[in-house]
Amino acid sequence: MPVSPASVSDVASGLRATGYLPGESTALVSFLAEQLGKPILVEGPAGVGKTELAKALAKYLERPLVRLQCYEGLDEAKALYEWNYRKQLLRIQTEATDSGWEKVQDDIFGEEFLLTRPLLQAISSTEPVVLLIDEIDKTDQEFEAMLLELLSDFQVSIPELGTVESTTHPVVLLTSNNSRELTEALKRRCLYLWLDYPALEHELEIVKLHTPELPDVVARKLVELVALIRDLDLKKPPSIAESIDWARTLLLLGAQDIDQETFRSTMSVIVKHRTDLDIVLERVGGKLVVGQPVAG
Amino acid sequence: MTAARPKPGKPDARRAALYGSQAAGAGPQGMAARILEFGEELRGEGVAVGTSELLDAFAVLELVSWTDKADFREGLAATLAKSPENRKTFELVFERFFFRAAELAALTEGVREQGEPGDSGLDGDPREGDPGEGGDADGEGELDMDLIRQLVAEALRDGDEARMRDLARLAIAAFGQAGDGSGVIGVDVQRIRRALGLKAEAQPELPKEDPRSEGLPREEIRKFEAMLRRELERGQIERTRALPAARPLNELDRALPSGPLQDLAAVHKVVMQLKRRLKTQGQENRGQKRRTAVDVRKTMRASLETGGVPVVLKYKPHRPRRPEIYVLCDVSTSVTSASVFFLSVMHALHDSFRKMRSFVFIERISEVTGVFEKERDFRKVSEAIAKDAGVADISGYTDYGRVWSEFAALVEDDLHPRATVIVLGDARTNGRDPKAAVFGQIAAKAGRTFWLNPEPRLYWNYGDSVISSYEQYCDAHECWTTEQLEEFVKALTRPIR
Repeated sequence: MPVSPASVSDVASGLRATGYLPGESTALVSFLAEQLGKPILVEGPAGVGKTELAKALAKYLERPLVRLQCYEGLDEAKALYEWNYRKQLLRIQTEATDSGWEKVQDDIFGEEFLLTRPLLQAISSTEPVVLLIDEIDKTDQEFEAMLLELLSDFQVSIPELGTVESTTHPVVLLTSNNSRELTEALKRRCLYLWLDYPALEHELEIVKLHTPELPDVVARKLVELVALIRDLDLKKPPSIAESIDWARTLLLLGAQDIDQETFRSTMSVIVKHRTDLDIVLERVGGKLVVGQPVAG
Repeated sequence: MTAARPKPGKPDARRAALYGSQAAGAGPQGMAARILEFGEELRGEGVAVGTSELLDAFAVLELVSWTDKADFREGLAATLAKSPENRKTFELVFERFFFRAAELAALTEGVREQGEPGDSGLDGDPREGDPGEGGDADGEGELDMDLIRQLVAEALRDGDEARMRDLARLAIAAFGQAGDGSGVIGVDVQRIRRALGLKAEAQPELPKEDPRSEGLPREEIRKFEAMLRRELERGQIERTRALPAARPLNELDRALPSGPLQDLAAVHKVVMQLKRRLKTQGQENRGQKRRTAVDVRKTMRASLETGGVPVVLKYKPHRPRRPEIYVLCDVSTSVTSASVFFLSVMHALHDSFRKMRSFVFIERISEVTGVFEKERDFRKVSEAIAKDAGVADISGYTDYGRVWSEFAALVEDDLHPRATVIVLGDARTNGRDPKAAVFGQIAAKAGRTFWLNPEPRLYWNYGDSVISSYEQYCDAHECWTTEQLEEFVKALTRPIR
């Protein structure tokens, strides 16, 4: 049975239990979305856990996650529904000889011939789901307009069939990297959540949660370095996922401290551009202790 | 934190002062009215707050307690401020609105600071606790400025916020005694800061034990300034027994950052955002242009589903327009502050176009395309331009006439109707010959020519500004806020009809 949270702190502790450490407003907005039945529009730089939030929510609320990954050129047929032409053709061929058009027409536009895509699937599902519409800013504006009906009324109109209304209320998350301004109409229907890179202590907590065996000294130094690197002007600043990857790498190597050698050999885990590597090495690498590990 | 409830019967003028345009006549009481006023104030700052947003905010407030400031603020923000820029505005307006509301409540309830002259001395300021040294100091006559300087510097070094707040009051009191107050809060803050000698840079001439000799943390200085500002505002409210009119956030708060190097990060952020938008620009014009080409391959593929009959036509997508661009950027002293911004714009535009050549000029012109190809770090680029680009700078005065001739000679053969020329400069010729005719020739050869002027339109054509003689050949835009810049970029990427 899906969980229904009673308060903000319930959501916060629930998300924590799934291994996602929510920031200040994340738990609050998630709670509001569940209570008010409004979609959440999550924006923020790449790799701050926008998609993870949806997964964690699904886990916590014990609902299945339906995910729609957006891309340029995504259309109704891929997102909403499509008629199964081949099956329809076969049907017509088998019946063509002895039945009138009217009857066949009624037949071939039935649910049997409908291919449901993620959005329709989320709406028509009998148990409540979490619907994740990922990277909505990658689609065209026309697609946004199509979403409006779905987001405000939780229904989908299919001309041949009528309107499919949702029986259960899905929790909807839309994520965006802010690569294009979304329309006012879409924003109007959503609660807004801006996720930024976490504060130092918060990130330390996240890293420790994922790699509890990593020595405290190393973990702290790691997040400090990552924060330092994010302040540089890089093509792609390291995300939280990459901090965690780095922590795992250091754990595997059994590092007791991050000195210049360790940093140089493992920094490709967090910095992934040729030019960025040079900048980081010059600005950050030089500040580290050379050679033998020194505590601190 | 409470929403203010003015007592019935208080003069409306005060409320009018608090809520600006909103408040003629006795407004309704209670939380709902305050939230509406807050929404109104946000609209005044350019945040699009619709009725549906406000309804959402009320729905949220049914679930979130208003006694928890963080939850209250986040709840309102989630429904009212729906972009990072709006969020920033929201924070500012939220602070201002509810700080004023609290002050108003204090005023109507008759709560006073200790030591406030001419008051019966009700104690217990509910927000601040013990006013400490600052409160007592009013009565003690002379204040030792040197001692205060020392104490403030120590508090800043230690990051002790409670002491900083006390000292802020003390400093204001001492400053007031010296009779230096200008009455304008922003000016006073800067004067006090100077009087206290607070600098982030090290001041080695001071004695070793003075914390200022090694420089103070920048962040703490900023905090201290905010406290000074707040205390001064509070003082003003108490003195005049009225609230200062709610004025729109200073337009310059949203103006383009310029000048000192620490603003570079801010410039860069603006530019990065612009760049991202620029990349997706082409899509918006999709609906306007009906003429498209059929993609035969895709159409054939799609026709398989319908038994080989091409029922659905597939079209080739429109590619966003990627013009060829020539940028000329003035880096002379008359536009020093703007040139920092100019350069960063050039920097950002550099890899968004098919082909781009950048030039900087003062008295003569020099090409810096190579510098941008080599360097990615903005600070280095500006250094390299200042050092190596060899901008011929004999007098330091811009000579537009000469620049046009040289530019024409440099690129004459390359210019063609699909090229775009952008000039960034204030068109102040220092009395030299503008040679508008040469500029006209350049403009005639290029497809489009734009002029970006970092001065507000109000100042155009005053003094030695000759923008009007160039304007007849090109599209001139004023460009001193981020919005204007964005407008320009839109104009730039719009397809030619």
